[in-house]
Amino acid sequence: MSIEVLNVSKRFGDFAAVDDVSLAVEGGSLTALLGPSGSGKSTLLRIVAGLEWPDSGRILISGADATDLPPQKRGVGFVFQHYAAFKHMTVAGNVAFGLEVRRRPRAEIRQRVDELLSLVQLDGLGDRYPSQLSGGQRQRMGLARALAPEPEVLLLDEPFGALDARVRAELREWLTHLHDVVNVTTVFVTHDQEEAMEVADQIAVMNRGRLEQVGTPRELYDDPANEFVMRFVGDANEVGGVLVRPHDLELLASSSNGAVEAMIVRVTMLGRDAKVELHDENGAEIVAVLTRDRFEELELWRGQTVWVRPKRERVFAS
Amino acid sequence: MAEAITKLSLRVVALGYLVVVLLGPLAIVFWRTFEHGLDPVWNALSDPDTIHAFKLTIFITAIAVPVNTVFGIVAALAIVRRTFPGKGVLNAFIDLPLALSPVVVGLCLFLLYGAHGWFGRWFDAHDIQILFALPAMVIATVFVSIPFVAREVVPTLQEIGDEQEQAARTLGASGWQTFWRITLPSIRWAVIYGVVLTTARCLGEYGAVAVVSGRLQGQTETATLRVQESWESFDLVGAYAISLVLALIAIAVLVAMTVIRPKEERTT
Repeated sequence: MSIEVLNVSKRFGDFAAVDDVSLAVEGGSLTALLGPSGSGKSTLLRIVAGLEWPDSGRILISGADATDLPPQKRGVGFVFQHYAAFKHMTVAGNVAFGLEVRRRPRAEIRQRVDELLSLVQLDGLGDRYPSQLSGGQRQRMGLARALAPEPEVLLLDEPFGALDARVRAELREWLTHLHDVVNVTTVFVTHDQEEAMEVADQIAVMNRGRLEQVGTPRELYDDPANEFVMRFVGDANEVGGVLVRPHDLELLASSSNGAVEAMIVRVTMLGRDAKVELHDENGAEIVAVLTRDRFEELELWRGQTVWVRPKRERVFAS
Repeated sequence: MAEAITKLSLRVVALGYLVVVLLGPLAIVFWRTFEHGLDPVWNALSDPDTIHAFKLTIFITAIAVPVNTVFGIVAALAIVRRTFPGKGVLNAFIDLPLALSPVVVGLCLFLLYGAHGWFGRWFDAHDIQILFALPAMVIATVFVSIPFVAREVVPTLQEIGDEQEQAARTLGASGWQTFWRITLPSIRWAVIYGVVLTTARCLGEYGAVAVVSGRLQGQTETATLRVQESWESFDLVGAYAISLVLALIAIAVLVAMTVIRPKEERTT
């Protein structure tokens, strides 16, 4: 049930899509491959699925070398960003496909399809065609279809990328719940750091084909390995030449050692927190987040000049 | 107002063109056929040579259409889904029969399979008759009707992309299962349309077959050759009657396709 990626590289012409990446995914875990577009995360996922061939390196699935296996022999379930629904088949037909090509008995297939449709909350929609479903429903059908043959690993390529924000949030929550129920080793690709933080228990950050850091959401946020991860995972400010998280900034009413002068341009209330946007002397934007109590204590107002001091800073060797 | 006039005149021009070029000649054939009543028509059509000509046309079509359907699908898959050296050449050569006059095709076959041709000598030595017999007529018909299935299927394959096929592979389907259960159903209307066009082309083939058949009455004379033959021997009713039957078959095929083709297919 585990996945191991060993020194995998893949080039498209002159472009190094994946550059010597090694990554271990524990059985039963929920891992996010996070990175900006063109970082190689989708290519890496497709290599694991067998939909692309690596130029070098090995892929182990459940400890067995799968590098030379075609996709149909790898025991992976794959969910596509644009659903890849079989348009000429009903929803039930789509879900049954993986079982039918394995020539399972009819009764068993029917039972399993019903089970899965109810798992993804599409009960009673089995006779519809994919074109009669909403985007969110189609993606849930895609998930049920991928899960039907009981894959050892489930791979999702930007599964919520084509959906609107509300459905996205709903499906995100639902995916974590599903993972608790089915407990299949799951890897999903996303460019949305919030999505990765919310859903995954391990995040692998990729940039320009290379793996920048692997860790829990908390590790990435608290101890980013480099400037890229610091900036990409969570928000980061540059204050006086150092990088600092918005909630690691202190606002002072008077000048102090190590503090930078800045003017408040906007204040937003975020429930228990307050977000304060400032401009320093050079006009560069700084965002600070402080607790509501601290905010009220300071009696801040727009246009006020304050001093900003990092409580906790990070300097990365570049 | 000006827009409405433009719209109207466009319609008049399009319809007028169709009437003059297409429907007019058809109507005249229809009228001329039945000018002297049904009996002469029946006599012409029940002539043993005419019946043989129709049988031969249908027989050749029944070979050429399946052959070119399989070839067209394979060629389209190769062009869209694979990269290989010579792909551009294949893509260009599929259209060749459209550009080449059928008479030239006939001539090429004549030179290849004739007594002194490259292949002709070998077949001659083995006592196999190609020219002036069924084999040459089938080859000629297959050649001129090659492009239609591939030309219909290629854009459809490009449009549907290969994600569904990839999904099928990850779900455990072999290449063969993927083709039968995913690819073929997705392109079925393009295939059917291609088959209809191929059939129409085979039924109507004249030039290439005229060169290689030898035009022996009751032996290597197809329906279209029979039209020409009747015309030349002043059997005008016979020529009109056979033409009309060919036209009716073509129309029936087109109508059948329009009827069975679901309307939403194009959009989804």
